This record gives sequence, C-alpha cells and structure tokens, in this order.
Amino acid sequence: MRRIPIVGAAIAAALIFAGCSSTTDTTTESTAPTEAASTAAAGSGPGTGGSAIGFIFVGPKTDYGYNQAAYEGSQAVAAAFPDMTVLTQENVPEDDNAYRVMEGMISRGAKILFATSYGHLQAAQKIAAAHPDVAVVQQGNYISDPKAITPNIGTYFGTVYEPVYLAGIAAGKATKSNKLGYIYAFPIPQTVNNINAFELGAQSVNPKATTSTISTSSWCDPQKQKAAVDSLLKQGVDVITQHQDCTDTIIKATEAAGAMTVGYHADASSLAPKGWLTGSQWNWAPLYEDIVTTALAGKFTGSEYNANFRVGLQDGSNPFEQSPYGPTVTDDTKTTISAALDNLSSPGASVFTGPIKDQSGKIVVPAGTSLQYGDPSIEGMNWFVEGVKGKLAQ
Amino acid sequence: MNIFVDILSGGVSGGTSIMYAALGETVSERSGVINLGTEGCMLMGAFSGFAVTSLTGSPWLGILAAAAAGGALALIHAILVVTRKSNQFASGLSLLFLALGLTALYGSGFVGQQINGFDPIAIPGLSAIPILGPVLFDQNILTYLSYVIAPALWFVIFRTRIGLMLRTAGESAEVLTVNGYSIAKVRYIAVVTGGIFAGVGGAYLSVAYSQSWFENMIVGRGFIAVALVVFAAWDPLKVIGGAYLFGSALALSPVLQARGYEINQFALDMLPFLLTLVLLVFLGRRAVDSTPAELRKVFDNARA
Repeated sequence: MRRIPIVGAAIAAALIFAGCSSTTDTTTESTAPTEAASTAAAGSGPGTGGSAIGFIFVGPKTDYGYNQAAYEGSQAVAAAFPDMTVLTQENVPEDDNAYRVMEGMISRGAKILFATSYGHLQAAQKIAAAHPDVAVVQQGNYISDPKAITPNIGTYFGTVYEPVYLAGIAAGKATKSNKLGYIYAFPIPQTVNNINAFELGAQSVNPKATTSTISTSSWCDPQKQKAAVDSLLKQGVDVITQHQDCTDTIIKATEAAGAMTVGYHADASSLAPKGWLTGSQWNWAPLYEDIVTTALAGKFTGSEYNANFRVGLQDGSNPFEQSPYGPTVTDDTKTTISAALDNLSSPGASVFTGPIKDQSGKIVVPAGTSLQYGDPSIEGMNWFVEGVKGKLAQ
Repeated sequence: MNIFVDILSGGVSGGTSIMYAALGETVSERSGVINLGTEGCMLMGAFSGFAVTSLTGSPWLGILAAAAAGGALALIHAILVVTRKSNQFASGLSLLFLALGLTALYGSGFVGQQINGFDPIAIPGLSAIPILGPVLFDQNILTYLSYVIAPALWFVIFRTRIGLMLRTAGESAEVLTVNGYSIAKVRYIAVVTGGIFAGVGGAYLSVAYSQSWFENMIVGRGFIAVALVVFAAWDPLKVIGGAYLFGSALALSPVLQARGYEINQFALDMLPFLLTLVLLVFLGRRAVDSTPAELRKVFDNARA
C-alpha cells in the first residue's frame, strides 16, 4: 500500500521535469563529454572547448517579461552558433538548485554558462570557483569585491533605469491626477534605481507628479498584483508601472479600470490598446552573442565581460530599449522624450544628475555632480528620491 | 473610515478563493479525510478554468471545467486513501506536485492570453449602503455565489440526513456500516466535493480576480485554506469569517502602502501567517476538541 504515494511522487517529479526541459535540449549525457574532450584543443581559457552553452532562468520562458526576454536571447545564440548545443532550464530557484542545474549542464559539455537571475549570483560564483575552465556570466547582479572577480566570472547588465526615466516623462505628461503608481517586488538596488528614475523623469516635465510605491514581496503573484492595482487606483493614481517578472495581470487590471500603463520587460501594448503609454524592453541577442564569441575565442579572461560589465545609452548600445508608444501619447511628449534621449546619450550624462533630494529633503546628489552607472552609489542605491511615496524596506 | 472599507473589500475579494477551498476541505475532513493536495486542486482549477474560458469564451464553462479538474485530482486522492488505504499526507502532497507539473506543462501556452472573465458587478441599491455596500455588494458573481453557498453548506452538514452521514463517517465510521451504509462511498463523495470546491476557488483567482494564468499562481493559498479549516473548527460559517480575516490581512499591505504609510512591508507580509499562529494558539484546545474522531486517527497514526 505504501508504494502508491511513492509512485505518485515519481510520476509527479517526472512530469515537472518534462514541463521544464527545453525544446532545444537535445544532447545526451553519454556523448556530450566526449565531444567536449575532442574539441578541447581548439583554444584555451575559460569558455573554450565546450560543445554546449547553458542558460538558467528563474521563471517560465513565457512570462511576457524578464525570463521570456532572456529565453529569446538564448534562442538567438542557438541560431547564431549552430555548432553549439544550447541548454536551457526554466524555473531554477535562486538557491543551491541553481548550482546543481549548472553542474549538470557542465557535465553535458557546457563551458559557457549564463545565470540570468539576480539571485543566481551565489550559485554562479560557486560554480565558477569549482570549474576554472568554465566561463560563467551572471545577469543583473554586481560583484562588489574586485578580488572576487576571478578569471572566469563576470556580471553584465543594461542601464535599466534609462528607458524607465524616459517612460517617466511620458507618465508625467499624461497623468491628470499627478499621481503615479509603481508596483515592485523587492527593494533591490536595481528596482530602487528604476523607481527613482521614473519619478525623476516625471518630475522633469511635471514637478507635481508623485509616485506611490507598493511592494508585493514576490516576483510573480497575480493576486497580490491585482490587490496592489486596486489599492493604487483607489488613491487616485492614473498611471501604473511595475517591476515584476510576470507583468500581464497588472497591465490588464489597469486597462480594465481605464487607467494608463507603462510597461516593463516586454512590449505588452496589445494587452492595453487604450491605456498603453510606453515602456522598457530587453533586446539581449547582440550582447549574448558577443559574450559567447569572446569566450569561444579564448579571450574571456581580462575582457570587459570578466568584470561588472555595464552598458548604457552613452555607449550607444543599451540592451534595454524603450517600447513603442501607445495611441494617446502626444507629439509634444514624443519630442520631449527624444530630446531627453539625445541628452542621455551624450558623454557623462546621467539620469541621476544633481541636485537630487531624498524623501527627507536632504540633498544626496549635489548640483553639478552626477552618479554614473557602475558606481557603487547606483549599484547599492538604498534611498528614494523626493516625490516617491512609501517606505523603502531594508 | 475609508481605509477600513478598502481593507475589508480587499479582504472579501481576496479571501473568496481561500473560502471556496476551505469550504471544500471542511466537507472532506468532516468525512475523515485530509487533503493536503488542496493547493493542487486549486492549481488544476485555476489552470482549467482559465484555459477553457480562453478557448470557449465562456467563463461559466471555465468554472465547470475547473470544478471537474479539481474534482478529478481529488478523486485520485480518494482512490489512494479510501480504497488503497495509503498515507493521506503523502498522497495529498504527491498530488500537489503532480498538479504543479501538469499545469506547468500544459499551461505555458496560456500565459499572457486575454479572457473575458467575471468582472465586479455593483448591485444597484445595495452597493450604495455605507461601508457594507462597497465591501459586500461591489464584487464579482463568484463572490455573490459564495454568500449563498457557505450558509447552505452549513445547513447541509448540520441539518440534513446527508450531513449526518458525512459527520458520522468522520466521527465513528463503524456506525455507518452498522446501519448498512458504505463508509467508502461517503468518503469518496466528500473528498471529490472538496476537490470541486477547491477547483472553483482556484478558478476564482484566474477567471475572476486576476484574470490571468501563471504557473504556480496559487503560491500557498491552498495550505492557508487547510489551516483555516482547523481553526474554523470544521464549521462553514466560521470559515467565512476566517477567510475574510485572512483576505483582510493580505489586503492590509497594499492598502497601507498605497497610502504612503511608513511601514515595513515585510512585517505586513508576515501578518497573515502570524495571525494563523496566534489563532491556532488561542483556538488550539477548542480545535482539538472538535476534531472529527476519524481525522484524529489519521494524525495519531502520523505521529506514531
């Protein structure tokens, strides 16, 4: 009798793994290591000599958001490097499981690994330490201790808050109540950057604009997202944006209530045909392909990717781009945003240019100075600018 | 004043899914079977309800499908624990993982789909009543249905012959046998009914409240429902209060944050669970006293 639940658990486990495995994952464990050994002579240095490239994602590849964008990037890599097998794994938790999944990918011939979630950093560092011949890159987090950047690891990211600032301009121009809403998951620096940039963008065209913030303490919990939208709307907020992994609940609820939406991660304008203003979205393919090219050539160590690589508008290539405009955005707004875009693309420009006050009114960035991307002041930002409502939990 | 209305109306709309699941689990546990797979039944319901609504355009067909899917998963539980006499906890948890896998596998294509689900309908007249109006009468149809179903379930359990059989199955099953009834039959019906309710509770989230589907979107509310049944002392009327209490605790965080209160949201997020612990401490003794005897055997066996 006791066998039954165990059989059930085994079936369940099998189905879970069936649900998670990738369509491009066609290697078999028996052949991959041999291939890896035979091609090992082609170059040296971390990342060379492999037969596969591994990608891990924290969520499902169809989330209309962060993971989908990263997954699409991985598929672009598969197309650009037809000789390599691209291994992908969805729903990899931000704990030791990530380490085990990457270990499995290495055993199947992967010498280049992309750990694409913020919380995958620890596992990425552990795997990099265990396998000096594997190049490991982590998306979005920051290795603050320079000594911890060993020859085979790095982090990379786009300047997320730049398009968010531009979208803030659109929101500041569009709002009638001067109340904007921002639904976020956790108070990580990246999110704080975004919230502040959004408010600063709105303030730049509408000094009365404020941004109310709600944390859901989850990257994807539709019920909490819906409750957050309802609460913001009741306070008179008429433009809602977000930093969540799954985005469509918030967009649909906002649209249904007749309020306006600023998107994040992906172009979801089809979900909000009336209220869509603009948003920010990823285009990872060029950067992923360049990282792979660099690593395959044996040039990873000492390259810009063997560091905390950050790219923004000033470099002419931000993988985070502004989404298309919605129907109600005026030409005046578009002109203003386009001017701001030109300005941010000039050398030394920054969204965080002083004077900037925090919530208590204290000047944090004095006039004449600015915070530059990659600085610890941005990578560790833990304060809200004046005009943001809500307490930043720490 | 207004803030309480916001919290309470959030509590009602957010608590309804937990209420459906907890009502179902009440029926199941009254017969002596605990179903830790309630979370899985909710997931099956959330997915099936959303998928069928998306494919057919009818949210009512979606709810039917959700009920069927939740009931089907519970039927497996019934076969395992009633007929095969396997461990109730192991079976329930295994089925949760089965549901997680199944809904993730078939659900990926439905993420981001748009449906015409159940929107809130303000009841003319009633919704104008101060406080009660916006809290109770500006909700969706599934919430209105729950106002009728919960008391009706209480009536069935405590005032009808069917309810007597159900309670007997949970209190002293042998009495049923002596009177010529089948314990197994009663438990099968009770467990499947529980799954049906949980399926509807799941679909409430995907088809009515958030109108979207995501993998693992129940995120633990099924377990809250199971806990709720215990401190509601297996009484549908107390389930109503408990579900709204939980819903309000969940609603507190966004409502306070939207108003810019200087509070720590992590402390607020703990509140529903802290509340569970506190209630269990205070109600623990009483809850133990009212535990259906057959269910207590299940717990005692697990302890040994």
